Amino acid sequence: MADIPLPRTRVARKLPLIGDISPFVALAIAWVVAMLVVALFADWLAPYGLTRMDLRNRLALPGNAEHWLGTDELGRDVLSRLIFSVRISLLIAFGATAISAVLGTTLGFLAAHFRGFVEQIVLTLADFQASMPFLILALAVLAFFGNALPLLVCLIGLYGWERYARIARGLAIAASAQGYAAAIRQLGATPARIYFRHILPNIASTLIVSMTLVFPEVILLESGLSFLGLGVQPPMSSLGNMVSYGREYISRAPWIMLAPAVTIICTTLAVSVIGDWLRDRLDPTLK
Amino acid sequence: MTAPLIEARALVRVYHSRQGLFGAARALRAVDGVSLAIAPGETLGLVGESGSGKSTTGRMVLGLEPPDAGSVHFAGEPLPPPGTPPWRALRARVQMIFQDPLGALDRRLTIADQIAEPLEIHRRGDQPARAERVRELMRQVGLSADHGARYPHELSGGQRQRAVLARALATAPEFLVCDEPVSALDVSIQAQVVNLLIDLQASLKLAMLFISHDLRVVRQVSARVAVMYLGRIVELGDADDLFATPAHPYTRALVSASPAPGRRSATRIVLAGDPPDPAARPSGCAFHPRCAHALPRCRGETPVLVNVAPGRSAACHLVTPAHAPIDAAA
Amino acid sequence: MLRYFAIRFARALITIALVVTFAFVVLRLSGDPALIIMGPEAPPEVIAAFRKAWGLDEPIWRQYIDYFGAIARGELGRSMRDGRPAIALVAERIPATLALTLPALLIKLCLGVPAGMYAALHRGSLIDRAVMVAAVAGFTVPSFVLGLTLVLIFAVQLGWLPSGGQDTWRHAILPIVTLGIGGAAVLARFTRSAMLEVLGQPYIRTASAKGIPWRAVVTGHALPNAAIPTVTIIGFMVGTLIAGAVVVESVFSWPGVGRLLVVAVANRDLAVVQCILLLVAATMVASNLTVDFLYGLLDPRLRGARAH
Repeated sequence: MADIPLPRTRVARKLPLIGDISPFVALAIAWVVAMLVVALFADWLAPYGLTRMDLRNRLALPGNAEHWLGTDELGRDVLSRLIFSVRISLLIAFGATAISAVLGTTLGFLAAHFRGFVEQIVLTLADFQASMPFLILALAVLAFFGNALPLLVCLIGLYGWERYARIARGLAIAASAQGYAAAIRQLGATPARIYFRHILPNIASTLIVSMTLVFPEVILLESGLSFLGLGVQPPMSSLGNMVSYGREYISRAPWIMLAPAVTIICTTLAVSVIGDWLRDRLDPTLK
Repeated sequence: MTAPLIEARALVRVYHSRQGLFGAARALRAVDGVSLAIAPGETLGLVGESGSGKSTTGRMVLGLEPPDAGSVHFAGEPLPPPGTPPWRALRARVQMIFQDPLGALDRRLTIADQIAEPLEIHRRGDQPARAERVRELMRQVGLSADHGARYPHELSGGQRQRAVLARALATAPEFLVCDEPVSALDVSIQAQVVNLLIDLQASLKLAMLFISHDLRVVRQVSARVAVMYLGRIVELGDADDLFATPAHPYTRALVSASPAPGRRSATRIVLAGDPPDPAARPSGCAFHPRCAHALPRCRGETPVLVNVAPGRSAACHLVTPAHAPIDAAA
Repeated sequence: MLRYFAIRFARALITIALVVTFAFVVLRLSGDPALIIMGPEAPPEVIAAFRKAWGLDEPIWRQYIDYFGAIARGELGRSMRDGRPAIALVAERIPATLALTLPALLIKLCLGVPAGMYAALHRGSLIDRAVMVAAVAGFTVPSFVLGLTLVLIFAVQLGWLPSGGQDTWRHAILPIVTLGIGGAAVLARFTRSAMLEVLGQPYIRTASAKGIPWRAVVTGHALPNAAIPTVTIIGFMVGTLIAGAVVVESVFSWPGVGRLLVVAVANRDLAVVQCILLLVAATMVASNLTVDFLYGLLDPRLRGARAH
């Protein structure tokens, strides 16, 4: 045969499971998995309830047999509150990231498909979003609408959509102009099929990398809002709330503030590290 | 004469480009009055250099782009507008293969999945029937069974083009447009793919529009050939005839440029002037700035395509039904 | 060149128009503006007068246009808490915020930019590693955590500095440092990657190969080219002079615009919120325009080229 076929190679379609992972990345993955486990199994893992007060043991130091991380001013177990706060913070972060990814990708696809006026609107909105500090916009909306949890998640879900939209639009246009998308369309596929069966799987890795970059920022945004008292409201508790409460007792019981603070830092750091690692593996062209 | 399967009449396609935000809009006539007819099972070759409008013509004939003027009829019916459900349904009967097979394939799907895709889109048969059809198609194009489980980048260029071909033939179309299908392949592979196309056309009774700038390949594949220059057909006729005795000066230059055994390079006609620019079309006959035999008439009056011999037409003031064609050896 | 500026200016106007529209839409969607701005306890005749003055009886598109007019005139309502005009309330807080953000900006520039450049020029050195670590910290440590940690160390444990309020100049130290360090880390990271990108360009190697001393290559070629993207982010930081201290002011109970915003949001004092929103938009747009102007001067590719 004059055609010599290439040797069969392993195609890395999804995340390669085994590779040369540096210890940092392994640690980061371990931390994130731990946080996920904590969030999912909070009800079983937490030694006490979120609001259960142990009035005889107020402001206990960490290292206590009954309260590993000590207690706060009302005798509430810091470890338990931390566990539940992780759950709320992660829930909001995942929900918001998912919303913003779906919203951004959809708008990006719409802009790429229809071009013209629709595209201009999407791009103008994206520019607008990128040019105003999101915190201010969020605060304005919270002032006008209040801060019930679903609203909060949707509001934070508006953070970062413009990044996904730009990526989705750019890649969809490239695919349509020269490549497989034009060929599939030519086969008679409906636009829905082209976008969901073909373009989306091909840009998924780039989108996922973006999600890992946006995720830590979402956590920081929510913590900031909750710290200001404008995010998650009691009786629910998020990591930002805990830091805010801990502030009152910073001189007497700094651990109340430090435990959630350290958790925030480690989680955002871990996700950032994973994001960088994923980017290097999946899409080295993205810098 | 059997009724043509594809009939295109006076197709015109104009592109508008703007220089910057406030510049003047320029109209670019990519295709300027092209008419074609292809009978069932027949191959028409379309030859020209880049800028001649041959790809655009191919796309209009398929219905991928709506013409600004003129019409295309498939099996007697006008083509539905692109993007509509009837247009999508028609794709099962008309197909296209492209110059870059790697770009035409989704790199995340296996070959077998992609060949099966048209069957899924047009809902042909059930799962086992489709798998069987995919196997049959792969046999027809010369791919082996284990090629089906591979990904596009794991195949060679020739194999990819075969895969694209198999996919195009999945729904047993009646008409295939091939836009430079072998230009990106190695010369030795080109011959294989071309032979494959010829065999398939004979066995499947496919009508084909074969677009290329490579005369040798076109000559092999086509029964009739049309030569395009700057958006118009300048000559049309039987393939062997046309290459043996080209009538239009442009055709003669093209033919002399492609090497053939026995021809001396001394008869090579070199064209003077600039390559054709559709945005700056010369007046009258578009070819006149480069034509060695141009008359004053050629600058003022655009020639129309007229019959110059049985089965041959050309658009040139020097070649009319009344006069004999100018001696090629002069 | 002129067209470049015209387009940028048009964009700025559109952004302002969008922000105003955003405020208008959100205000309308959240209920009756009269009740919201005047407060639910206001007597009916005040509400009616407000409605008349603001044209709330008119069709919605008319209201929209009138809204623009009201903003241009500076009529942004009164604070619900003390009845004073929102503009006055906000304006009197601006100096307090600037007292924090301006020195912080200086710190960011004087610390962040040189650190980033040094790190890029001495790749792999200790300073480079330190800068990268600091940059990551700046990115993952939220400002309130940083602020509270500094309070813990310097106010609680060491007792050197006060932890909140605005009484003496010493009260300003921790908030300024908090703002400055966080921003310096971001700027350092950014400057470093801009510089690295420029240093990797072929023309740098050519200049060096021509025998130009390295210092001259850096100052003559690398710095000006790295300045361009750096100017953008500095512009963003200037734009957030008013808005950037929201969290820090709350941590340190500093009575600036940011703190006012938080309190206003908590109290649903919408006139004040609206006022601050528009002020921030105006600042951002103005600084973006300035950055674009500087770009036009710095980047010769834009001078006289056919813009996009």
